[in-house]
Amino acid sequence: MMKQLLSRLLQGDRQADRVVPPSGHTAWLTSFTAGAMTFLAVFALALSLAAGRMADRWSEALARTATVRISAPPEQLDLQTRVVLDVLSTTPGVESARALTDEEQRKLLEPWFGPDLPVEALPIPRLIELTEASDGYDAEGLRQRLAAEAPGAVLDDHTRWRRPLVSAAGRLRLLGLMSILLIGGTMAAMITLAANAALAANAQVIEVLRLVGARDSYIARAFVRRFTLRALGGALAGALAGMIGVALLPSAEAAGGFLTGLGFTGAGWLLPLLLPVIAAAVAYAATRRAANVKLRELT
Amino acid sequence: MISFENVAYSYGGGELLSEISLRLAPGSFHFLTGPSGAGKSTFLKLCYAELLPTSGHVTIFDREVRSLSRDEVAQTRRRVGVVHQNCQFLDHLPLAANVTLPLTVAAREVRNDDLGDLLTWVGLRHLADALPPSLSGGERQRAALARAVIMDPEVILADEPTGNLDWEMSLRLLTLLVELNRMGKTIVIATHDLNLIRQAKAQVAARVLRIRNRRIQLAGADL
Repeated sequence: MMKQLLSRLLQGDRQADRVVPPSGHTAWLTSFTAGAMTFLAVFALALSLAAGRMADRWSEALARTATVRISAPPEQLDLQTRVVLDVLSTTPGVESARALTDEEQRKLLEPWFGPDLPVEALPIPRLIELTEASDGYDAEGLRQRLAAEAPGAVLDDHTRWRRPLVSAAGRLRLLGLMSILLIGGTMAAMITLAANAALAANAQVIEVLRLVGARDSYIARAFVRRFTLRALGGALAGALAGMIGVALLPSAEAAGGFLTGLGFTGAGWLLPLLLPVIAAAVAYAATRRAANVKLRELT
Repeated sequence: MISFENVAYSYGGGELLSEISLRLAPGSFHFLTGPSGAGKSTFLKLCYAELLPTSGHVTIFDREVRSLSRDEVAQTRRRVGVVHQNCQFLDHLPLAANVTLPLTVAAREVRNDDLGDLLTWVGLRHLADALPPSLSGGERQRAALARAVIMDPEVILADEPTGNLDWEMSLRLLTLLVELNRMGKTIVIATHDLNLIRQAKAQVAARVLRIRNRRIQLAGADL
């Protein structure tokens, strides 16, 4: 049935196409609307995909690392560090653990205190970075062991600030998808208005067709095919323009940060090409509904 | 073929037609007369299911109109040719395409020879490629008649077909309708042109119906 529908849409009925007068302002309005909406939808799609990737990346990267912070008097710091590393090396689910060097700690603090901070002379806590194995470790059990064996050690598994970040990225993805839905709905509304205008402008054509025995489906088809193809053409142009726009965004290496992910990767470049098909389907459904409602108003 | 059984039709709170009972036999020729606004056009519209009766039953080709689906109404209209006083066309298509429109919408083949013969019959062959807005009133009426008969309908309904025509052109159109009746078509012409009716009665056995006080009655010798 779908195949039949597509074949009818693409091949059309030359005679049926001719019964509706060509052009009019609804023609370019439909193409322009479909083009503009698809252009926006490409960016919404890019945003949604980027947010999704970011959520996954943050979630995965942060979930697999944790930090043990050791705050102890300077004379006990090395001892507690060794104890903590021993505890971690015997903790199931901890893949690796290592103490950050003074140089690494200096680099962490550099954005706030500048490059010449004498880390070794300051009572700065020692940081131990641990990477968990795929089956994970028992965070609560580890905390208790650390409390017993190295009282100055505190486990920070990043949950506190990882959750809101991942949640924010997830919501951004949802926002992108909702934008696509809203854009689709707006496009359907605009095309319905254009189709209604076309049907009203062609009232005489419809009257003549009904007088000579045309079925509703025949009359509707003449309008639906025209609007669907106009929407498809406009949406194709909009999708290509949108893809070019996304391709011209700064690359990951050049910009860094969130914008780096705002684009398509690999097979993801094929996704925007689905938008014209969706736009055509929306136009088909909107025009068909408008035509059927209009025709049913007549006797 | 088409029958009315105690039919009434109301519009805007007032009754336009009332207690109409009659039968249009196959091959018959009827004139429908009456003053403007009497309901002649309404009667014709009831004959091709453009309107549905408020009460009573209209039967077209043995089917009660209310029982017809929208597709069946379309199918029925292919068996009824209609000519209006202000006949409308698809102005962007040439005359030939307008005349063959009933065949087009029915997905039936257009035979050029038949089309040529038909256009010759109505005297419009030389205008086959002309666009409707360039046609005169008489040419439009004859084009509408050609369009109405191209599907070889059993019934032809004409609503004031000579309303915009001079006498000579009116007679020409009447002659075409009489010829169609001789071919076995049922003809109903709504008109208030009594001279046309008198002229027709000299050529064909026509019944004259008159709408008076919302009812249809057979007109007598007062015509």
